[in-house]
Amino acid sequence: MERYLRFALPVVVLGALVALFARGLFRDPTVVDSPLIGKPAPAFSLPRLRGDTAFTQAEWRGQVALVNVWGSWCVACRDEHPVLMQFAALHAVPLYGLDYKDERSAALDMLAKQGDPYTAIAFDASGDVGIDWGVYGAPETFLIDKQGIIRHKYIGPLTPELLRDDLLPRIRGLEGGRP
Amino acid sequence: MRRFCAALLVLCSFAAYGIDSEPPFADATLQARYEALTHGFRCLVCQNETIADSNADLAADLRRQVHAMVAAGKSDAEIRTYMVERYGDFVLYKPPVTAGTGLLWGGPFLLLLIAIVAVTAVVRRRARMEEPGEGRSA
Repeated sequence: MERYLRFALPVVVLGALVALFARGLFRDPTVVDSPLIGKPAPAFSLPRLRGDTAFTQAEWRGQVALVNVWGSWCVACRDEHPVLMQFAALHAVPLYGLDYKDERSAALDMLAKQGDPYTAIAFDASGDVGIDWGVYGAPETFLIDKQGIIRHKYIGPLTPELLRDDLLPRIRGLEGGRP
Repeated sequence: MRRFCAALLVLCSFAAYGIDSEPPFADATLQARYEALTHGFRCLVCQNETIADSNADLAADLRRQVHAMVAAGKSDAEIRTYMVERYGDFVLYKPPVTAGTGLLWGGPFLLLLIAIVAVTAVVRRRARMEEPGEGRSA
């Protein structure tokens, strides 16, 4: 028994260490879990990219919504744009934009050229609301439930695969499931 | 030559400006607090730099926030909480002791303990094995 243990123990310890390091090795270090998940979306009041009224978190009250942080300066956002157009065409849930540290004319120009998938867009010129939302690299996309709680955050561009295999099932879960 | 040296001096002096565009505090204690704080927060865009060292856009915005909070009389703890609420413990260069980081903080001591136990066991066994040998040679 003791001899068996003497052999097995180092193997078990080695296995555990290999598992630990492998997890670290294959984890994307640029993706940092947001502490905001499971918490209410931070309150804000911003001008709209178009229109005069203020844009606040009341905009999506009572419904599942997607909030996409983007900017016309952000190359990955341009790459992501067709996926957002595809998402908007599904009419699943409203998609709101947070135009982050952008210039109004440049943002409008990009939407005119590539299409506008957004239900409405908040305009965060200083990036202060972005900081409150823990944004550190656009594009970022927040999934918000009917109670206004942040349920998930995608860092980096959404892809057609991510949309189909992850986002849409999550939305179905939030829409159909218990409130 | 003198002109060349002068040009070199001017060029070198730019380095001293650094990347922090926030105006320094008139009060030296506030400035010291501001510098200590910004050196303790990780820039999430370029993760191995503090927000004091990074010239990323986000780092500049976060320096502005920290500067404003120090100016507004917020305590270091309040400013740290502000950052952690938004970016998580990852933003702190010195992670707090929690259940998740327990292994990180306690790991070295645990390894030391294991090593002491192992060495003690080996030394004891050696001593036991050598005893009869000594008996025979004597």
